[in-house]
Amino acid sequence: MKLLALIASMITGALLIYATTDFPDWGDPQSPASLHVSPRYIQKTMEETAIPNMVTAILADYRGYDTLFEETVILTAGISAILLIRRSRK
Amino acid sequence: MIREVESIIIQTICRILIPFIQLFGLYVIAHGHGSPGGGFQGGCILAASFVLIVVAFGLQEAKRRFSEKLVNLFSSIGVFIYAWTGWMALLLGANFLDYGRLSKILPADPVHARYYGVFAVEVGVGITVMAIMVSLFIDLVTGGEHEEAPE
Repeated sequence: MKLLALIASMITGALLIYATTDFPDWGDPQSPASLHVSPRYIQKTMEETAIPNMVTAILADYRGYDTLFEETVILTAGISAILLIRRSRK
Repeated sequence: MIREVESIIIQTICRILIPFIQLFGLYVIAHGHGSPGGGFQGGCILAASFVLIVVAFGLQEAKRRFSEKLVNLFSSIGVFIYAWTGWMALLLGANFLDYGRLSKILPADPVHARYYGVFAVEVGVGITVMAIMVSLFIDLVTGGEHEEAPE
């Protein structure tokens, strides 16, 4: 059974590595992300949001939902730590 | 457990250094949209100053300055600020987190209202990250066995 699991995971890993050869090259100007998403952010950030820092504009404005729930994840992590390890003696 | 070691050198240096660390943390949060930085990084720097208080002055002193109740309150207030910035836009008739519509209540045009909306959001992130980092540090370093500081 262990051998079977090893073979299965090795085949999956080999398939995943094989699939990465299909990816666009690092920083390829012809990749889909560079053709549609990036130019839009680079050209429009200043005129749409007036935020000089493009990264912050994407983080908090264009991807506001993402950041809201990132923050909620941090809150949940803190609450979990309190619930799991805090033993308050009153 | 943290053992208290009274060292006049460490305490004096920390007393000088901590205000500057906190000022730098506030700068990183407030300047998040102009330069590298933002709520997450600035919150961590602010939390580092409280970690320094714990290391130099002991846990009780740190808790007298930033009590457990206040830490828990702050960690929720940050998310509250963020979510309500989104809800304000929703109540004013735009989509959730569409800060442009905040121009109705802010003295700014829609483009600059987005700027201020992002600033409010960064402040919310900074408050939550600071409080959660302090809470995690105190819990992990004491194994969860710590008491509220006497008033």
